[in-house]
Order: sequence, then structure tokens, then C-alpha cells
Amino acid sequence: MLASRVAMHIPDGFLSVWLSLALWVSAVVILGYALRRTNRALGERHVPLMGVLSAAIFAGQMLNFSVTGGTSGHLIGAALATALLGPWASIIVMSCVVAVQALVFQDGGLLALGANLVNMAVIGVAVAHFAYTTSQRLFQRKPWMLTASAFVAGWLSVFVASLACALELALSGTSPANIAVPAMAGVHALIGIGEGLITAGALLFVQAVRPDLVQNRASTSSTTGNETRAVWVGGLAIAVILTLIAPWASSHPDGLEWVAEQHGFLGNARGPLYQIIPDYLVPGIADERVATVLAGIIGVVIVSVTAFSVGSSRRRRNTTGDATA
Amino acid sequence: MTPFVLERHVRGSSLIHRLDPRAKVGVALAFILSVAFLPAGAWPAYLLLGALWLAIVLMAELPARLIVARLALTTPFLLSAVPLLVTTPGNARWTLPWGWVITDEGVTRTTSILLRSILSVGMAIVLTATTPTLQLFSSLQALGLPRSMVAIFNLMWRYLFVLVSEAQRLLRARAARSGVLRSTKTNKGRASGGTLAWRARVTGHLAGSLLIRSLERAERTYDAMCARGYDGTVRTLPLPPLSSRQRLLAVGTALGLLLVPWLATILWK
Repeated sequence: MLASRVAMHIPDGFLSVWLSLALWVSAVVILGYALRRTNRALGERHVPLMGVLSAAIFAGQMLNFSVTGGTSGHLIGAALATALLGPWASIIVMSCVVAVQALVFQDGGLLALGANLVNMAVIGVAVAHFAYTTSQRLFQRKPWMLTASAFVAGWLSVFVASLACALELALSGTSPANIAVPAMAGVHALIGIGEGLITAGALLFVQAVRPDLVQNRASTSSTTGNETRAVWVGGLAIAVILTLIAPWASSHPDGLEWVAEQHGFLGNARGPLYQIIPDYLVPGIADERVATVLAGIIGVVIVSVTAFSVGSSRRRRNTTGDATA
Repeated sequence: MTPFVLERHVRGSSLIHRLDPRAKVGVALAFILSVAFLPAGAWPAYLLLGALWLAIVLMAELPARLIVARLALTTPFLLSAVPLLVTTPGNARWTLPWGWVITDEGVTRTTSILLRSILSVGMAIVLTATTPTLQLFSSLQALGLPRSMVAIFNLMWRYLFVLVSEAQRLLRARAARSGVLRSTKTNKGRASGGTLAWRARVTGHLAGSLLIRSLERAERTYDAMCARGYDGTVRTLPLPPLSSRQRLLAVGTALGLLLVPWLATILWK
């Protein structure tokens, strides 16, 4: 029930280790900065505020509406959080949601968590912030300004995040770009419509009930000046680069594959870690078949010994339990 | 939904349950890293780590249904590796209609990816099924996660169930007022629930009201925390000290696990 229906949480095993680690490092750096920013803006209030709002977005992902018989639209929440809390606080909130999904619900892997954080918390929020502020400026004073900006922000954040996800898979040699990119982009162009509609409805509601929250975001997270512009520029750059790279990559899957091979990204390429020790240094078992059989035997022994000891300890516990009961 | 349903297997008394949470998190992460480093097609190494995982599951005395159900959650994503069967160049093994050719290399790569994924998810399942979530967060702090992030996680976890119930109440209220698209016997197949735009707007209003209620709840929570002497640091019960023997054992196991892909690369590639 609590598993999100968005096919964007990459499990472990799908990304190359070096790409995962690189994305982990970038996620940690950005998250650390966002944490400092919100801490400075909100002081000691930021712990309860971020904690409760993360839980709210997590719970909000349960909200859905039926589109036709079988399919439904869902809220993911990056754009809604960005519109209400500002970019830095939203990075924290979305990171908490994505991290708890991975840690507690196995929705997305732990090694792949860096990639998922970058896609959904960083890229999703930066693109939403760029789209929201730009379209607000563009549609100034139009009565449908809020609806349109909210929809654009919701749709674009989901769509661009899915492009990033597809490109990461293609770079890892897990899914060819000419299949991963159209598949991910196609599905999330539709999911994005649901997200955009719900975000627009939510912001209209907030405007009617608590107009101060929509007009004056600074009350919850004072993000004015240079830093906000940095997020805005970042969102613009991410949106442009990814939407340019993705079609190129999917029409030249060999090109991306080539990049992947050059950097040793491909799953079947040997990591540099293991090229340090050449083959002839290995003592002992040289014959591959002997080694295979040996590994099989060791495995069987491990499992049967554990099964036996667990069984006997359980029996022992049961009998002592009966004796004391 | 309550944390008790989610954490019903956490109160076991097996060896795995009793291990120090920090040691468990460290070893599980080492296992996942080790699995990620396994080269494609090094089947004995997969077998070895698989056997190790199975042994840990048996030791933890977790019900098979829990493992299978949690593993099943990740299956949709597994599909994304399937195209590799036909797109990897190499020796043809089977020819499908429309001229698609499954290659040996494709089979090796796809199977390796699927096995890596299943093993990593499996280990994460064992970790979360045998460790109380709040202890999991505290162990992450011991492993270097910033204090304030852990405090946010703790608060999020406490309010998760409150707000999930809130979301469920909102959905129930909407269902009661026929905001759901559903053909029943009484409406003879005609869908109730207004137009698509109306349904989307109603759901948006639910999301908006959930967010506003949560914002206001966060303010009240902050006031309540201040009333109880909150000064910027959230004080939680510390984990029991990690004995040097346990620490040594955990570090040793983690290093041993990381040796497996290295050996696999040398022996079976």
C-alpha cells in the first residue's frame, strides 16, 4: 500500500558501481548544502517542520484519482513542495521521502539511493522551481497563472527526472538508450499529467484557504537572492541538457554505449579495482570448473549447516519454553 | 496502518535480531556493495553470496511469505533489463519472431543484473525486517549521517502513521461523496465521479488540505517541543555501546564480503 507506483525508484544491481558512487557524492554535497540553508533560514524550527512535511508528502503519495477504468493519476509531490516551501526545503523534504522509501520499504536500492536522490529530490525540485518561477513570470496577472505554472512545474519535474533515470540506466549498460529513454519518457509524460493536475488543484486550494503560503514563500524558507537564482539556473540547465541529450542518446544508442565502454561503466566491463592484481598472482585453484564446483559445495554446506542449527535451536527453545510454561 | 503492523517481525529473538544495529547496517551495506561489484557471469560468486543470504534469512527465522512479498514489489523494474537479451551483441542462442536474436552474452548480462538486484533487495529486506526503524536511523548517525538529518528522519517516522491515516480519511471522505470512478450495479456501468478535470481537482484539494494541515501540525509540534525544553537538539536514547569484539567482527565480515567480487574477478573471468 505504501509502495509508490512511480517506476522511477532504481533498485540495486541496475547501476554501475562507479556511477552510483558518483551520484551518491553529488547527492550528499547538495543535500548538505540544502540542510545548512534551511537550518540557517528556519533555525531550530526546521527539524519539526521538515520532519512533519516529509511525512505529509509521503502520505500524500497515496492520493490518487482514477483516469479511466484501470489507470490512475498520482501525486509525487516535488512540484507541490517546491511551490509551498521553496527549493532548499523541498530538496530536504523529497530526500527524506525517497530515503525512507529505500531504507524501510525497499522502494529503490541503497547503493542506488544516491541516484534516486539526485533524480527525484534534486533534479525534480530544481526543474520544478525553474518551471514554476518562469511560468509565473511569463503569465503575470493572468487569472489562470497559478494553475498553469503549477501544472507546468508538476509535469516537467516528473518528465525530466524520468529522463535522468533512463540516461543513468543507459550509461550503466543496463537498458539500451533507444529503449529506456522512450519507455521512461512515454510513461512519465502520462504520469506527469496526473502530477501536474493534482499540483494545480492543491495550489488552488491553498490559495483559497491560506493565500499567505502561496504568495509569500519566504515565511517557511527564506530563499531569496543568489541561492534561489542558482537553483533556477540549475533547473534550467538540467531541463535543457537532459531534454537535448535524451533524444540524441536514444537515436544513437551506440554513442552512449561507446561513452559507457570508454569509461568502464558497462556491467560486463571489469572495474579498475580488480585490474590491479593480475591473474597469475592467484594461488591455489586455477581450474575454473574445480572452482565452480567448490563454490557450489561451500554454498550448500553453509545453507545446510545454518538450517540444521536454526532448526535444532528452535526445537531446544520450544522444549524449554514448554518446560517453563 | 500502524508501525506495529510494519515492524511485527522486528521483535524476534534470533541471532540476527540480537546483533548490534550498527554492525548489521555496516555488514548489509558491505554485502550490497559486494554484490554490485560482482562481474557478469561469475556464477559461483553469485551462488556463494546467495547461499550466504539464504543462511542469514534462515538464521533470522523470517517467514518466507514476507521475503517473497517484499521481493515481488521490485519486479516491475526488473523488466527494464529484459531488452538486453536481444540488444547485446554476441553468439546467437535462440531466434525469436521478427528477427530478434537472443545472444549468450545477453542472457549472461540480464541474468547477472537480475540476480544482483534480487540479492541486494533481499539483504535490505532482512535488515529492515530485523531492526527497529528508529534504531536503523540511529545506526546511520553512528555511520556518519548528520545529527539534524537523523532528527528529521525520527520526526518523520513518528508522524508518518498519523499522516497516512489522515490521507486515508481524506480518501474515504472522497469515496463517500462519490468522487471515485467506479461502475457499480446501481449505476449500471455508468461511471460516477464527475469529469476527469473535476476528479483531478478534487484530488488536488485533498493534497492541498493535507499539506496545510501538516504545516499547522508542524507548528503545533514545534510549540509542544519548545514547551518540553527543545533547544535545537533532539535527544534520543543512545544505542548500547558497541563492544570492540563486535566491532572487529563486523569490520572483518564486511572486508571478507568485499573480497568476494575481487576473488570472483580473478577466478571466474
